[in-house]
Amino acid sequence: MEYGKFTELQMDVLREIGNIGSGNAATALSSMLQQPINISIPQVNMIKYNDLVEKLGGPETLIVGILLDVTGELEGTIMFLMKKEFTAQIISTLLFKEEVEFEALTEMDLSVIQEIGNILSASYVNSIAGLTGLRLDLSVPSLCVDMAGSIVSFPAIKYGEIGDNVLMIEGSFDDNSILETKIMLILENNSLDVLMTRLGVQ
Amino acid sequence: MEKDIVIGISDMKLSQKPGRLVTYALGSCVGICIHDNKRKISGLSHILLPEANLAGDGKKPIEIMKYANTAIPELIKRMEQLGASRLNMKAKIVGGAQMFQSMNNSMTGQIGQRNVQAVKEALRKEKIAIIAEDTGANYGRTVFMDVETGTVSVKTAFGKVKDI
Repeated sequence: MEYGKFTELQMDVLREIGNIGSGNAATALSSMLQQPINISIPQVNMIKYNDLVEKLGGPETLIVGILLDVTGELEGTIMFLMKKEFTAQIISTLLFKEEVEFEALTEMDLSVIQEIGNILSASYVNSIAGLTGLRLDLSVPSLCVDMAGSIVSFPAIKYGEIGDNVLMIEGSFDDNSILETKIMLILENNSLDVLMTRLGVQ
Repeated sequence: MEKDIVIGISDMKLSQKPGRLVTYALGSCVGICIHDNKRKISGLSHILLPEANLAGDGKKPIEIMKYANTAIPELIKRMEQLGASRLNMKAKIVGGAQMFQSMNNSMTGQIGQRNVQAVKEALRKEKIAIIAEDTGANYGRTVFMDVETGTVSVKTAFGKVKDI
């Protein structure tokens, strides 16, 4: 399959994968925070890294990135990008803190965020595994609080050989822009073939 | 004051007009700042990966600005076309961080370090001295380069700025 050239049917399949994945992740988050979480219709995009950075508020915007490697019968990366307001809200809800100083997060704060990434990714990946019957494993989450540009360049490097564009199945939580969180699945080229074949889409 | 000239990922720009060259939020990428102090010409290249497979796959042309070993000779060539002399060129390099700690065993985990090595190697081949560097560690860096003086300022996420 040529990377980036999908039929409408294949795009629908990828969108549905994103829908199921982020839907399950949102449910997990919602039950942890004990509040409703809205999700948007996932977008399947070939996106340039420079454009993704702009979407996140510019290269120097401070964000939290959580990265997990997907291995097994599909190979890829799951990336969470959370705005700082949302991160602060999660920490204050789960740790019963009044104020969270984003510039000086404690070990405990970071640990909570990392665990959130773990739980959300696991529900995302499990739902895809359940749908497709593929065996999927997740690495431990890796966390980084820094400028958006620096964080996003990491998958850019990992998939840099494929090209400047990469296919991202992108979902967002909450339609309130302050709390917007992006959860993205980036798959290796041949994994897309595996996925399509398994789902009977050519 | 002139508007800043912004350099994106896998890009390079050069200038001889007073002002600044800027590249935002270098993570594992490396920014290579080259300055000719006699002709007051500066160039900045933002590379993503260490080495292009020069043989290629024959399908598409190599994106020369993406790789250290192709971008650096190109930047020098363009500076020379603008009138700079290789003899006056000095380099400063910034970036090459390891953003995600737990990935340090994988090839991608060490990409920052490999980028820095490839940049040094490419500059050595071109016989351009590195007079300052701010590389490694685990945080992102924004680079401002003053075209006239070649002064490079590095800013990090939590607001510290230093000149190198």
